[in-house]
Amino acid sequence: MPSELNLDYSLLAPEFCLGGLAALVIALDLFVPGFRKGWLPYVTAAGLLAIMGMSLGWTDVDSDFAGLLYIDKYTLFFRVFFTATAAAVALLSAQLVKERLRHPGEYYALLVLSTIGAIYMAAARELLTAYISLELLSFSLYVLVSYAKFDAKSNEGGMKYMLLGAFASALFLYGLSLIYGGAGSTFYDDIAAAYSNGTDAYDLGLLMGLALVLAGLGFKVAAVPFHMWTPDAYEGAPLPITGYLSATSKAAGFALLLRLFSGAFMPVLDDWQWMIASLAAITMVLGNLVALQQHNIKRLLAYSSIGQVGYMLMALAALSADTAGALLFHMAGYVITNMAAFTCVIAWSNLTGKEEIRDYRGMAVRAPLLAAVFTAALFSLSGMPLFAGFFTKFILFQAVAQEGFLWLSVIAVIMSMVSLYYYLMVIKELYISEPEEPDLVRVPALLNGLAVALVAGVFYVGIYPRHLYEAAQEATKLLF
Amino acid sequence: MQSGYVLLATIAVPLFAALALVFVPARMANVVRIIAVVAGFALFGLSLYIFFAYQVGDGDQYQFQMRWNWIENTGFLGERGITLHLGIDGIAAPMVLLTGIVTFAGTLISWKIDYRNRDFFILFMLLVAGVFGVFVSLDLFFWFFFYELAVLPMYLLIGVWGASSTFPTFSRTKEYSALKLTMYLVAASVPIFVGIFAVFVEADIGTFDLVSLHEAQYDPNFQKVVFPLFVIGCGVLAGLWPFHTWSPDGHVAAPTAVSMLHAGVLMKLGAFGIIRLGMQLLPVGAEFWMPMLITLGTINVIYGAISATAQTDFKYMVGYSSVSHMGYVLMGLATMNPIGVNGAVLQMFSHGVMTALMFAMVGALYDQAHVRQMSVFGGLAQRMPRFVTFFAIAGLASLGLPGLSGFVAEFNVFVGTFQTYPALGALGILGAAITAVYILRMLALAFFGPPNERWADLKEMTTLETVGGAILIAFMLLMGVFPSPFVDRIAESVLQIPGVG
Repeated sequence: MPSELNLDYSLLAPEFCLGGLAALVIALDLFVPGFRKGWLPYVTAAGLLAIMGMSLGWTDVDSDFAGLLYIDKYTLFFRVFFTATAAAVALLSAQLVKERLRHPGEYYALLVLSTIGAIYMAAARELLTAYISLELLSFSLYVLVSYAKFDAKSNEGGMKYMLLGAFASALFLYGLSLIYGGAGSTFYDDIAAAYSNGTDAYDLGLLMGLALVLAGLGFKVAAVPFHMWTPDAYEGAPLPITGYLSATSKAAGFALLLRLFSGAFMPVLDDWQWMIASLAAITMVLGNLVALQQHNIKRLLAYSSIGQVGYMLMALAALSADTAGALLFHMAGYVITNMAAFTCVIAWSNLTGKEEIRDYRGMAVRAPLLAAVFTAALFSLSGMPLFAGFFTKFILFQAVAQEGFLWLSVIAVIMSMVSLYYYLMVIKELYISEPEEPDLVRVPALLNGLAVALVAGVFYVGIYPRHLYEAAQEATKLLF
Repeated sequence: MQSGYVLLATIAVPLFAALALVFVPARMANVVRIIAVVAGFALFGLSLYIFFAYQVGDGDQYQFQMRWNWIENTGFLGERGITLHLGIDGIAAPMVLLTGIVTFAGTLISWKIDYRNRDFFILFMLLVAGVFGVFVSLDLFFWFFFYELAVLPMYLLIGVWGASSTFPTFSRTKEYSALKLTMYLVAASVPIFVGIFAVFVEADIGTFDLVSLHEAQYDPNFQKVVFPLFVIGCGVLAGLWPFHTWSPDGHVAAPTAVSMLHAGVLMKLGAFGIIRLGMQLLPVGAEFWMPMLITLGTINVIYGAISATAQTDFKYMVGYSSVSHMGYVLMGLATMNPIGVNGAVLQMFSHGVMTALMFAMVGALYDQAHVRQMSVFGGLAQRMPRFVTFFAIAGLASLGLPGLSGFVAEFNVFVGTFQTYPALGALGILGAAITAVYILRMLALAFFGPPNERWADLKEMTTLETVGGAILIAFMLLMGVFPSPFVDRIAESVLQIPGVG
């Protein structure tokens, strides 16, 4: 608790560096004459990767930052996770930003800033710190989603995202105020202590507060029924940002949820478990069933990612040290896989400018490597073996079943089967349909390299993920 | 004690062959073929070694065991967590041999594939790795891992290299068949997955190790609830009526080598799963549900045989005959007595070799003639004597002619069935009689009689096809005249299944 104010600021060095990197990127763009703007993504990615390496040596659980932030293994896990994702997104953006968007400096700076928000969402152990981090991430994303400002769809998506996002923030804040009113503190530890000292009475304020917090965060992670913005924002946003939304924005939401519910709300487990369990069930079912009817690849991936959120929520409903570890493990596998899929979608969109599923016909003839990577990613998303999805889903579903939520696991398994159907529809276009033009297309080496690196990650998680699994378990062990 | 690394090699060889093929440029078609055939030959050799090095009367239930800790000591997974635990018993040994034989024959017969043959063999090798993996895994996680791996490549194998069928009133496109097969099999894995969760939680020993799980105690009511999950899940793959309809469509649309492997070996995975997961894990549940299974199995036999009689297309006839023959496997398993289960496992091997040969022969004919209607042929015996001989041997094994493998297997199944359910045994024999009708009718219609001038330029099958077919026939004869290597291995392990005997 806020006992001493002599804080160890050096713990935050990675985030200071991220802030510095954002400033550097803008400065390079604005003030250095003759700086080739094409270099910006590489500067950003290199900076992010350097900070990722640096953050590996930066944990100290003793200093708790007056109870606001914990720089423990959990934070470390997400630091590495988010900086790596942002670096991949920066590289993926290179061609698109150069050719179609203006002001590259701000684009990359916002990307870096949003990463800081995401990391502190994982690190926060105090409600307002968590809220401010959430807003830092969200505001960056509002701008990034509508970055293609001469494109009507991007504007529409950005507008919907911002309005609904503001609404969700308001709900979240109201929920926080109710919780604060009941518990008398905004620190997770104090809240937990307050609740464990007796909430025998039926507490409407608590229930309302929990429901509002869940609604607000449910919006951020795109859980049904708060998912309405997702398909539009995904479709309108520049493609790399769509990938970013499906990766970091979701993972950060879950990082916050996990820390919050395990840290503050464990004593009132019975009050919220059913809420999250039902959210998980409808999210899985609706996301996967609606995905069946999509014909735009971005919308398909949007709904499929909603389905994935359902699987992750399931772990939250059956919250325990085991499921939390399994959740991180699954999230890592999912993000790697999804980035691999988006690499292919981005490369194809750069080359052909098309985004309908039927425009992918004959990709196996025209860009064999990308088609193979895309297929691997789609099989992984549906949970087939050799790829990440099988291993992580098996562990996740098993952990959930172990905690007594067998019925949720059963729904999840059935929905995984449903998801295979719509992924197969894409794979059919890739391999079985005849190509529009028979000639080979030239994919830039950068994208090919990134695709291969990501698919290697997919195979690593799918075959021998021992170290990742141990890291995930280590990270979550101290949450409880 | 034999080394378990031989079993690991049966999984590693196809996986590494697939990996090697990724790095071969697609235009070097012959290099691709050579890698595939060498891998196939290596697997054939390995499986022969494994089969004959398996020691009868050794006393151990599982031989060639090896363990490799995959993920341990963390979270809800107990000390042993997920372990790559390999090992075979006398039931898995002939199945490994079968897989080796059919894989090798399949790679030989696929030599003539021209269209993107590298991609074909990569997927084919993944399929083979999955099949071997299921037979040799003694850990539920890996068992299921390989089970799904065997389903994974099917969609593309059928969709890209398969063939559509057109009938006068309707057609079955290859996309339709590929999707149907894949969705059926993935849907079938849902109950298996759920059953695995349930067993893991109920046993509560924090391991997926099958041997430990076999020893755990399960509540009788739990067993009665979970057993059908395994039987339905695995039964779909075994062609259990009424979930069999993917099988004829899928096997007809698939390219030859894939039909061979799928009908010959993959359907056995289903039956094998019923033994490993169902009977060995949940004996009380098995006891309770077996009357149901034997009824369905008998329907399989009769229904499959009658459907086969109605077919005009060679490949569909073979497809339905598989449904019928898998019925004998299910009947044998459901008798729960040593001789019946013994017969079921023999039938798994026998049908595997025989149906692989039939699909190979149908493929050899179709590649030249591009039609599969039996009625348009006639008198092929004079143009393609070798081909017709091979086909006829497969047909005669199918109808249970003594001296060939089918007789030994079906005889055991019938004896077993008569011991427990005499009426159903009689129906089973009726099924064999119907089999004779459609096989002999096909032989008469297409192969004998006056030669049809339309087919004057059909050539005899190629050397590679002959070699592949001859290997399959050799094992049909071996089992037919000298079944004791098989029976010794199988009988010993069958008696160790709880509830049998």
